[in-house]
Amino acid sequence: MRVVIVGAGEVGSTIAESLAKSHDVVVIDIDSDRVESLTYSLDVLPIEGDGSDIDTLEEADVADADLFIASTDDDETNIVACGAANVVSDAFTIARVKSPKYLQAWQRARGAFGVDFMVCSDLLTAEAIVGLAGLPTAQDVDTFADGLVQMTEFEIPAESPVADQTVAEADRFDSLTFAAIIRDDHVVIPRGDTRLTAGDEVIAIGSPDSIRAFSSEIAPEEQGPEDVVIVGGGEIGYQTARLLEERGFSPRLIEQDEDRARWLAEKLPSTTVLNSDATDQELLERENVGMADVVVAALENDQQNLLATLLAKRKGTDRAITVVNTGDFAELFEAVGVDVAVSPRKATAEEITRFTRARRAENVSIIEGDKAEVLELEVDPDSVLVDRSIRDVAADIPEGVVIGAITRGDEHITPRGDTIVREGDHVVVFVDTEVLSEVTEKL
Amino acid sequence: MSFAGELRVDWATSLSLVGTVLKALTVPLVGTALVALWYREPLAPFLATAVLTLAAGVALERLDRDDLGIREGFLMVALTWLAIAVVGAVPFLVAGDGNLANPVNALFESTSGVTTTGATVVENFDAHGRSIHLWRSLLQWMGGLGILVIAVAVLSQLSIGGAQLMETESQTQDVNKLTPSIEATARLLGWLYAGLTGLMVATWLALGAVGLGPNVTLYDAVAHAFTAVSTAGFSPRAESLGAFSPAVQWATIPFMFLGATNFVLLYHLTRGNPSRMVNSDEFRFYLSVVLGLTGLTAAFLVASDQFTRFEQVARHSLFQVVSILTTTGYATVDFVDWSPAAKHMLFLAMFSGGMAGSTTCSIKTLRWLVVVKSFRRDLFREIHPDAIRPVRLSGQVVEEGVVRDVYAYVLLSGIIFVLLTVFVVTDAARVGLGIGEFEAMGASAATFLNVGPAFGDAGPFDSYDFFPATTKVAFILLMWIGRIEIIPVLVLLTPAFWRS
Repeated sequence: MRVVIVGAGEVGSTIAESLAKSHDVVVIDIDSDRVESLTYSLDVLPIEGDGSDIDTLEEADVADADLFIASTDDDETNIVACGAANVVSDAFTIARVKSPKYLQAWQRARGAFGVDFMVCSDLLTAEAIVGLAGLPTAQDVDTFADGLVQMTEFEIPAESPVADQTVAEADRFDSLTFAAIIRDDHVVIPRGDTRLTAGDEVIAIGSPDSIRAFSSEIAPEEQGPEDVVIVGGGEIGYQTARLLEERGFSPRLIEQDEDRARWLAEKLPSTTVLNSDATDQELLERENVGMADVVVAALENDQQNLLATLLAKRKGTDRAITVVNTGDFAELFEAVGVDVAVSPRKATAEEITRFTRARRAENVSIIEGDKAEVLELEVDPDSVLVDRSIRDVAADIPEGVVIGAITRGDEHITPRGDTIVREGDHVVVFVDTEVLSEVTEKL
Repeated sequence: MSFAGELRVDWATSLSLVGTVLKALTVPLVGTALVALWYREPLAPFLATAVLTLAAGVALERLDRDDLGIREGFLMVALTWLAIAVVGAVPFLVAGDGNLANPVNALFESTSGVTTTGATVVENFDAHGRSIHLWRSLLQWMGGLGILVIAVAVLSQLSIGGAQLMETESQTQDVNKLTPSIEATARLLGWLYAGLTGLMVATWLALGAVGLGPNVTLYDAVAHAFTAVSTAGFSPRAESLGAFSPAVQWATIPFMFLGATNFVLLYHLTRGNPSRMVNSDEFRFYLSVVLGLTGLTAAFLVASDQFTRFEQVARHSLFQVVSILTTTGYATVDFVDWSPAAKHMLFLAMFSGGMAGSTTCSIKTLRWLVVVKSFRRDLFREIHPDAIRPVRLSGQVVEEGVVRDVYAYVLLSGIIFVLLTVFVVTDAARVGLGIGEFEAMGASAATFLNVGPAFGDAGPFDSYDFFPATTKVAFILLMWIGRIEIIPVLVLLTPAFWRS
């Protein structure tokens, strides 16, 4: 497949990196330094130029491309680039936008602006935060099959009752599958007798109810959150508050700019908007931020986010979720006390990547720095799965693959050895990256 | 004249528009003359007035007319009500029956009519012909229609004491979006108003026909429909609604209630869309105030053994509360004899009023709701000083400036009420008339808030005749000021209105 990517920022280069191994990738960027550094680091064709300029696009031979991804940091540039590409090529176009306003327009008429798929990073980030906020100890949450199936990555805390239990003992939920354990940076496919230890990260796939039940088993003392404080009323903070309101929460939102705070207060009827500086210790004291169940830091700037979360943690907040704009900081943040660092760029790259799985994957979640992926696939007639039981199929697919859940219509089916897969079913599979291309062909 | 040259108000335009209204007044006058002809009563009071108003109207209309600005709007609203009150008094003077032959009394009665107050100075109801009584009712019906149109077309544009809220609340749902043009909206509301009146006439006649309202005549039905839907309260009967059967009294309650309901919500109701009404914060508030006060009144009536049967307690408490709260002013019993506790519930009801965008007077539930919500917000901010929490009505944000206007309006109403009370007491003392504090408060509230009947000697089955002429003049002025939401009159008193 020939892929053209406009913009070699964090999102663009992340996508380029994951595609370069198996596809022809062309990367266009306006910045000569970035183009040059790309030349040495990745096996791609870098072109210096303006991605919305038709000449540049023709130089990149967009007409022959199968996939066109506009992933610069500028919404308008991305949309215009897709529009331009659409004129000269039949490639499937994906535009990354930050602001939901373009997404709203696009959703009214899919295909508008010449964009075949639009990814809104701020909304994706807010969705990720809201998913994480509801599940104590969760590190990553993704939904599949229109919300019927959830994939969650849990960290097992030292004091957890499931630490030192075997998988068979811990898994008492009918509609839950333990897909994998990440231990010391390695993927372990669990067996019934595999013993869970503190510090393990468990990838669980199942119905949202069973995920929630498992979450409370891992950390029984943690109730579901009631009191959520969001710091920073930018687009991500606003969308997070809005989604929380939709789920019946009444969050508090701290915004420093008075006009913006007023705007937010008018838009968010169930949210208490506080017009103040989130690093003001007196405010944190007065508003009892330390008592909050979850603090979400969604300021524009990573350093401020870190400061705000560390202050809140120091005051006693149970759980801190931080937006980290520079993806590389994520690990560092988590090392110094942030519970979960959410990267809008990573979320965006993940969302876009699913279109590159031969465009077969309905949805994709990337696990722990590309060690593995969780894919949602629709079973077609050529699949090795059709009309066979899981036990039979196991022989034909490599190690490192776990079928986590199956949905048939609106029904959730828990895969067991004797479960028969039918054409048209959606399967959610955990796949180790090493066997990824082999598996996607077979399934 | 150099003075005129400095004026910054295009008073000619305002007067010209008043002229148009006066000219139009000829139609109801001629109509009433026809009724007089039917009952073989003197035609002169109405025909003479018709000629007078036509002449005045035509003369004023000839003045240069320009576009109506904000100031001209204020002036026009204030002058229109004054002019109709004056013209409306003429038939009483020409007829010269009873105590309405006195010019102050005639003007009081007419003002009380057109401001939909319902306070009367008539001592002997039999002294006046049916046509004169119908004219009293008709004045109120026109006053109700006028305020409905003015409220939608003019007041909501002039930002008066939060009256623009009606527009805010309506941005998505109510008033101005009914139709794009003010004229079409006014016509629509007019039809709704007329339809409601017709429905009430039909209801009364139907009750009469099936024997539930033995003494109901077409005349009664029309005269009361005119004053119920306009939440005004004049009755050709000395005993007001007490002259009719319980069934008729029950049937009248909904019409008073609907007359004080936002007509835009009523419009949507007729369109089979009740959700607007159900979801309106103000409607729910209005309904709960009515029910709450009724409950309290009923409890106090039971406690004081006023009535023996449950139906009586329920009917009299609900009827009186709805009548006073909507500022109609009918009565089914002389509530002057009620226990102090029950009476004070009615006194409280006077200050509520019904919904904005209706024919109701007083402070109105919309303003009280904003006051309650904003006060609750202020308490919340005591605990969270950094919180920004807009006041919302039915989900819509109320601007802070509007909240301030509403507070100012409520405060202003309170101040005027207190000053008027003090004036009533001192003026009575001047002429050696003993008027109690509560009576004075009742009469002040009942006139300034356009309710009608008060307590003591100014009760529902009595009249305002005993007040000194000076007090009556004060009442006349304040009925006028109160009806058009205070501000349009008060701004006329500021030099800035005329000069800068």
